[in-house]
Amino acid sequence: MPGSAQVLPKMYRTRMSTYWWLGRWPYLKFILRELSSVFVAWFVIMTLLQIDALRRGPADYMEFQEWLRNPVVIALNIISFFFVIFHAVTWFNLAPKAMAIRAGGKRVPAVLIAGPNYIAWVAISAAVAWLLLRG
Amino acid sequence: MADTITLEVTRYHPGRDKEPGLQTYGVPLRKEWVMLDALNYVKDRLDGSLTFRWSCRMGVCGSCGMMVNGEPKLTCATFLSDYAPGPVRVEPMNNLPNLRGLVVAPSDFLVKLTKSKPWLIRKEERPLAEGEYLQTPEQLDTYKQFSMCINCMLCYAACPVYGLDPLFSGPAAIALAQRYNMDSRDQGADERMDILSQHDGIWGCTFVGDCTEVCPKNVDPAGAIQQYKLTATREWVKSFLMPWQGK
Repeated sequence: MPGSAQVLPKMYRTRMSTYWWLGRWPYLKFILRELSSVFVAWFVIMTLLQIDALRRGPADYMEFQEWLRNPVVIALNIISFFFVIFHAVTWFNLAPKAMAIRAGGKRVPAVLIAGPNYIAWVAISAAVAWLLLRG
Repeated sequence: MADTITLEVTRYHPGRDKEPGLQTYGVPLRKEWVMLDALNYVKDRLDGSLTFRWSCRMGVCGSCGMMVNGEPKLTCATFLSDYAPGPVRVEPMNNLPNLRGLVVAPSDFLVKLTKSKPWLIRKEERPLAEGEYLQTPEQLDTYKQFSMCINCMLCYAACPVYGLDPLFSGPAAIALAQRYNMDSRDQGADERMDILSQHDGIWGCTFVGDCTEVCPKNVDPAGAIQQYKLTATREWVKSFLMPWQGK
């Protein structure tokens, strides 16, 4: 009895292109979402550097602020800001897919799972802004 | 609206052709025609050697999946007029080996589907005299969405993870495993977990999510996989914190 490989005709297999992710918007969106984690990491590193500068004293902190005013750093931070927003929004929108919570015999609608995430995001951001900007 | 539309269709004859090529056909552009009607028109009137798979014409059998202008579609549910004025390209599904023309080989999917044990598993069968296994509408509702899968493999054509790593179990096989895991009559979740918690199973998925977008039956395989990941993580934490519980 021959194995299936011997009776099946020759099949044609296409190799995926290295640039497969440029072919469809959902793929590109996925790659951008993955890439956004690099910018999230950049914000974390920058915050740690800022805290370190603060710890070292006023002179070092002034120097750090001067570095932040560099046009290259400003441009990088603007790009990072949009990527971090994209990261947060796509993450919150994906949360209801992974969480199939049931209540009263029915699945809880996606908006009730994503909604609290957005509310917490806005509330925490507002609290941080208030702490920093109250003068 | 123009009277005709041009189809660019993949032709491949194993043994004769080195690689697939495109052939163009002009077909009538009728408002009520789907892509499958156009392919059948070509087969009946223009070129009897055109090869494609189809059966029910109504989105139930899952046979007529193809790439239409680069998107995985059931050709029986894809209106020709949406692609006017054309040309429109019809190709075999991505990521699956081409057998001939527009026909792909489903063998790899079928092996993976069988591995995920998509059937009711009972540790001990109840005697027939005790009657059937009853289920409430709420219990049915927990898995019903996943049970709508028609094995059309559009999700495999959409999944870049499967395209890059053919060892990956893939969306439909995992969604159907989850369908049985969530069935109140089933007791096979542990057996399936052993298979699907491997790297080639649920953890291979990077949540691109296109499987859910292209699914013609709204099964949401991407959701099924993420839910499965949560269950697997919970089980792992439980076994780590309470190793004495065992299986």
